[in-house]
Amino acid sequence: MAPTIEAAGLKKRFGKTRALDGLDLVAQRGQVTAVLGPNGAGKTTFVRTVATLLRPDEGTLRVAGRDARRDPAAVRGAIGLAGQFAAVEPAMTGRENLEMVARLFGQPRRTAKASASAVLAQLGLVEVGDRLARTYSGGMRRRLDLGASLVGAPQLLVLDEPTTGLDPRSRIELWNAVRTLVRTGTDVLLTTQYLDEADHLASHVVIVDHGRAVASGSPAELKQQIGASVVELHVRDSRDLTRVAELLERLDHDSAQIDEATRRVNVRVESGREGLMAAMQAVHHHGIEIEDMGMRQPNLDEVFLALTGAEDEQTATAVAA
Amino acid sequence: MTTITSTPLRRPGPPASQTGLAISTLTITRRALLRFVRTPQLIVLATVQMTLFFLIYRYMFGGAIHIAGMPYVDYLVPGFITTGVLFTGMGTAAAMAQDLEEGLIDRLRSLPIPRAAVLCARATADTAIFVWIAGFATVVAFAVGFRLHGTALEGLEAFGLAVLFGFAFEWLFVTMALFAGNAQAAQGMGMIVFPFVFVSSAYVPIGSMPSWLQAFANHQPMTYMVDAVRSLTLGPQAHELLGHTSSYYVGRSLAWGAAIVVVTFPIAVAKYRRG
Repeated sequence: MAPTIEAAGLKKRFGKTRALDGLDLVAQRGQVTAVLGPNGAGKTTFVRTVATLLRPDEGTLRVAGRDARRDPAAVRGAIGLAGQFAAVEPAMTGRENLEMVARLFGQPRRTAKASASAVLAQLGLVEVGDRLARTYSGGMRRRLDLGASLVGAPQLLVLDEPTTGLDPRSRIELWNAVRTLVRTGTDVLLTTQYLDEADHLASHVVIVDHGRAVASGSPAELKQQIGASVVELHVRDSRDLTRVAELLERLDHDSAQIDEATRRVNVRVESGREGLMAAMQAVHHHGIEIEDMGMRQPNLDEVFLALTGAEDEQTATAVAA
Repeated sequence: MTTITSTPLRRPGPPASQTGLAISTLTITRRALLRFVRTPQLIVLATVQMTLFFLIYRYMFGGAIHIAGMPYVDYLVPGFITTGVLFTGMGTAAAMAQDLEEGLIDRLRSLPIPRAAVLCARATADTAIFVWIAGFATVVAFAVGFRLHGTALEGLEAFGLAVLFGFAFEWLFVTMALFAGNAQAAQGMGMIVFPFVFVSSAYVPIGSMPSWLQAFANHQPMTYMVDAVRSLTLGPQAHELLGHTSSYYVGRSLAWGAAIVVVTFPIAVAKYRRG
């Protein structure tokens, strides 16, 4: 099957800013493709271009089998958009919101009502469906927003930072909803700042920075490149920093990062658990006093450093933890 | 809190084709009107504020302003209603800017509807709101002593004209909202209506203003519009007071209205398209 999104050399400028600077991306059918990057990387611009809200200055873009530049109207009939700002009408009930969008998809009144009911059930909003959207909690509004993007039964779902600002429980519920959708054959494009979100949901991840794709692959492939976990130690005596760094580097043969100001050293490892155990033993064996130690996911900065500047890493560089 | 169920889901359907302009416009208009009607602050604030100012002018200032041959209220009402529509327009610009800010316009733009639908719906809904505001103000006007000097038909024509003028300025407000991008900036931009509202024949005869203001007041569109409405409500006395026939004012005010639309409408559409 042809990919659901094929972008090549996309460029878009806003005044002097080059939001998209030659972005290439291919998203296959039947899976979740995540676009991962920090603020300002171009994720939202890309998503808006795919949703035909923006026209690219250069490049080619095919969405759901159609040329997005020449035939945007056709693209709109096959996509659903859910954005960070939960674009629902607060003065209408959940049901009315969904019916409205269904009508705008061209569904006759009765079909629109049926679609709205189906989506309310799908997203667990039946009990609140007849309350005004402005009475909803943040998580419920996001779900309603997601529902509005589904009511037209789109081929491609485009989600722009869907869980930003949500509490952990709502996040997981939204993730579950997305997973279930993919099972029915909906393609999903999602943008996120969170590595764990890309990790949990996506089969294919594209990392963007400064308007272009800097790496792509499955989460497993990317993690192999950058290491799945980070082991971090907080030493008591700053004179031990270099020593500890040396010890940690022996764990997985990867260079350690020292932050002198906070007396922390961290290093990427294949397996967090094993790395932590080995680090504990090493430190114990050499009698080094430790305030705190633990393992965590690499954060975005570390992912970036790994993928864009691996060769230039210096142990003296402070890394924002 | 209810959790997401695993009800059997609908599979993706075939792509939808473009929905018609009429249905799209009506659906979105309904949404704008529902918001107005269901947000008590909006509706109460708009109508109460307007009534309050009206009463202030009528009773407080009215005593000091003398118009030959008629009570001040009869002079005031056409001016008040016509300019009142302009003030309402300020509010609708802010509402649209808020929609933009909140992402609702984004969602609408991503749907398979004609590009024109969003703007047409805005204009239709706002006109409906103008009719409500103007209607309410008219009822209050009659309650405090306003009387038509012409025929009832002319009165209706006057009302219709006021709404029409509001509609003409609508595109100016939509353009402002699109350029402003958020509600506060839109309200700031909306302040531009103040000189047009006050330096006009709406509340006081132009002759009473200093000569440097008269120049502006005499030639700006609001004056023509207010006097057009006034010429219809004042009937036979209009010519005496205003100096020209009703068709003079109606003709010129419609020309002004058309000019405003011709200039602002394409700008609004172009800006909306560019996003």
